[in-house]
Amino acid sequence: MIAFDIGLDLFPLLAATLASMGCAVLGNFLVLRKLSLMGDAISHSVLPGLVIAFLVTSSRNPIGMMIGAGIAGVLTVLLVELIKKLGRVESGAAMGVVFSVLFALGVLLIESEAVRHIDLDADCVLHGQLETLAWYGAPDTIPDLFSSSTLRAIPRQVLTLLIMAALALGFIGVFFKELRISAFDPELSTTQGYNASFLHIALMVLVAGVTVASFEAVGSILVIAMLICPAASARMLTDKLSTQVILSIIISILTAVLGYIGASVLPGLFGRDAVNAAGSISVMSGVLLTIAIIGSPSRGLIIKTLRNRALETQIAREDLLAFLYRAHEQGEQYVPVNRVLRAMQGHTRVLPKLIKSDLLESRDDTVSLSELGRTKARDVIRRHRLWEHYLVDEAGLSPDHVHEPAETLEHIRLDPPDFSGEDPHGKTIP
Amino acid sequence: MQSPGLSISEIVETLTFQSGFNTNVVILGTTLLGFASGIIGVFALLRKRALMTDALSHATLPGIAIAFLAAQSLGFQRRSIPILLIGATISGVIGIVCIQFILRHTRLREDTAIGIILSVFFGAGIVGLSYVQSNAPNNSAGLNAFIYGQAATMSSSDVILMGSIAVIAVLATLLLLKEFTLVCFNDSFAKVDGWPVSIVDLLMMALVVIVTVAGLQAVGLILVVAMLIIPPVSARFWTDRVWKLVLIAGLIGALSAYTGSVISALLPRKPAGAVIVLTSGVFFALSMFLAPSRGVIAASIRLLRIRLRIAGDHVLELSHDLNVSTIPNQAFDELSRIRGWSLPLRWLLLRALKHDDSVVRLSNDGLVLSAKGVARGHRVARNHMLWEQYLVSYADIAPSHVDWSVDQVEHVLSARLVARLEQELAKQGIDIPPATPMKPGGAG
Repeated sequence: MIAFDIGLDLFPLLAATLASMGCAVLGNFLVLRKLSLMGDAISHSVLPGLVIAFLVTSSRNPIGMMIGAGIAGVLTVLLVELIKKLGRVESGAAMGVVFSVLFALGVLLIESEAVRHIDLDADCVLHGQLETLAWYGAPDTIPDLFSSSTLRAIPRQVLTLLIMAALALGFIGVFFKELRISAFDPELSTTQGYNASFLHIALMVLVAGVTVASFEAVGSILVIAMLICPAASARMLTDKLSTQVILSIIISILTAVLGYIGASVLPGLFGRDAVNAAGSISVMSGVLLTIAIIGSPSRGLIIKTLRNRALETQIAREDLLAFLYRAHEQGEQYVPVNRVLRAMQGHTRVLPKLIKSDLLESRDDTVSLSELGRTKARDVIRRHRLWEHYLVDEAGLSPDHVHEPAETLEHIRLDPPDFSGEDPHGKTIP
Repeated sequence: MQSPGLSISEIVETLTFQSGFNTNVVILGTTLLGFASGIIGVFALLRKRALMTDALSHATLPGIAIAFLAAQSLGFQRRSIPILLIGATISGVIGIVCIQFILRHTRLREDTAIGIILSVFFGAGIVGLSYVQSNAPNNSAGLNAFIYGQAATMSSSDVILMGSIAVIAVLATLLLLKEFTLVCFNDSFAKVDGWPVSIVDLLMMALVVIVTVAGLQAVGLILVVAMLIIPPVSARFWTDRVWKLVLIAGLIGALSAYTGSVISALLPRKPAGAVIVLTSGVFFALSMFLAPSRGVIAASIRLLRIRLRIAGDHVLELSHDLNVSTIPNQAFDELSRIRGWSLPLRWLLLRALKHDDSVVRLSNDGLVLSAKGVARGHRVARNHMLWEQYLVSYADIAPSHVDWSVDQVEHVLSARLVARLEQELAKQGIDIPPATPMKPGGAG
């Protein structure tokens, strides 16, 4: 067991967790409003903003950097909108043009002589500097943490992230109802007095803020992952927006903690050096998303496959029972197995099951409906013929067109109405 | 080249491939790449896959790291570019397949799927790179070049690679232009018509993958999307025909790559990739504003012309409504107030009316109209009435509801349509005003 080292791990872990939470809670609305890639665009194009702020203030003054990056972020949003509107360019392409040009500008500026001698390089912007948040002179045990010296030791990045995460959570908490309306129906929201475009701008400003705050600590690529992945995972798990937001926060915390452990502890177990934590956290967000996509209890691939299977079997059983019922109607009590199998078109495994559950009786190489099977088959046939009757009499279809839809509709378990008579083909409705 | 001043001869030498073998290789290689990516980008753009290519290029990074580790364990001493590029291709393709999988099997939408793959794969790549740097330090330098690009490391074999890719791109486009166009614009029609849509689509995607992977070394995986997207988007302003679009996009791509790499060769510490992308950004801005017909300036001028014509119609209509040939200043001011015309617009409007010979001069009494101006005012007023009558008697619209929509239609009725209207209304026995203006009465 490898111990948690307070000095090395506490603040990086805290920074990662706060960044994840702040991003994830806002990400819910980006994912809903098809704005996922705006986060991507902003996080690329704040680079020149950072560098220019750096050139102007000629220091790594956090407030200056925040302002510079914020301006770049807002400029990105405006430019994208402008190009979309004036140039009639499709939105993805407009984003691609804006952020790549701005990023290129940033790369050029970084290489310029004025920036060279101070340590700002594009690498930190891309994958952050979580590892540099280590706390030298940290207490060795957890109880020692509860002292005033701990508060003083908290790095600026962690404080900024704390403020931004609190702002993001507060914003979503206070304006949840308004954001929900405007996410699903901007027009309705505006007519009800909650200005959708104002909310949109507020949301984008906050996204820019969280993105910038997260930069220094975790880097831009992780920001994209954190904005999108937890919200997307939560969306796979629930249909209710409030639940989705809460789930996304929980997932984001899990992602940060597990990802961090994956980067610092796991390689140690194999005698290797730690790998980049920000990268590992984005990978972890992908892993959790994959788990959600596959294992979600309501929409996961596994449950969907199982449900489809169950439905397929039910349909095959009902079709087989109906087939035999029709044969009995024609006066054929015992139907040869191979003819039944041929009619089943591949779904042959239901036959032995039906015999086992006493719905069918088998004699030599023939089968027949049991008393129980007959009642069940009667229900299916009744539904089928009622539908045919309905489709012809009420929906106005011609008799030779109704068998196919009735074949599908007969499997829906409805309480059929009390009706007796004949179907359009002159057969009695049982 | 450390001196700040550049001599003309130096610039000319670089421009004309006379400044040393290495520089020539870089310039030629990036220009070929720019040409190929401009052409291929057209189809990515038309298929609305601009950001899909971004995800593709980011997704190549883990492949590069893994390929590097694999090559090392197999005993390759130097970093071998072909192996790295194969790794890049494989993981890029896996990324695209994952996006398609997410789109098909979950409720998540395209933008989300692209963002997920882009960030998760890139994160994995960063993990891989940091692993390579700390655990396999020898020869690991230079993997970072794939993120930001390092055109300076291009060798002549890379130029041959770029050249062959450009040839492939041109050949594929020449041979399959019709198929590509069809699938881009209407894939369901293409399917119904019996074309192998998925194969054509796959081919387009494969070309994008090839260009992307080839561009990694030159401009880096973050900026390669710019080389694919910006030239076609810029070219789109200049034409509506696909073959011209392909040609212009290829030229813009080649030109920006050429200019960018020349500038980068002349100035110290200017990475070619970034300069190329900025150059193409300049081409984009120029195209967006200056292109005829689709450009912003041309479109605004066209819009202003239409506004002036319509405003002129409204002014001249006054002469009919008031039954005068000199429109009093007061009436003109009142109309401007109602219509909300700004002072500059009014100035332009009067100029346009005079230029058109509708207004002879501005006197103290007001706007003195020529016979032509009076006739135009009468025509507009008559068109207004005709359309109003038509809407009331044929389209069953209540008389109190027609005025607003007529106000817009009256300016665009063609002579043929007016003739039709006259005919139809005469059939109904509805009174129509005479085609020639009434004699203007006194001061009105």
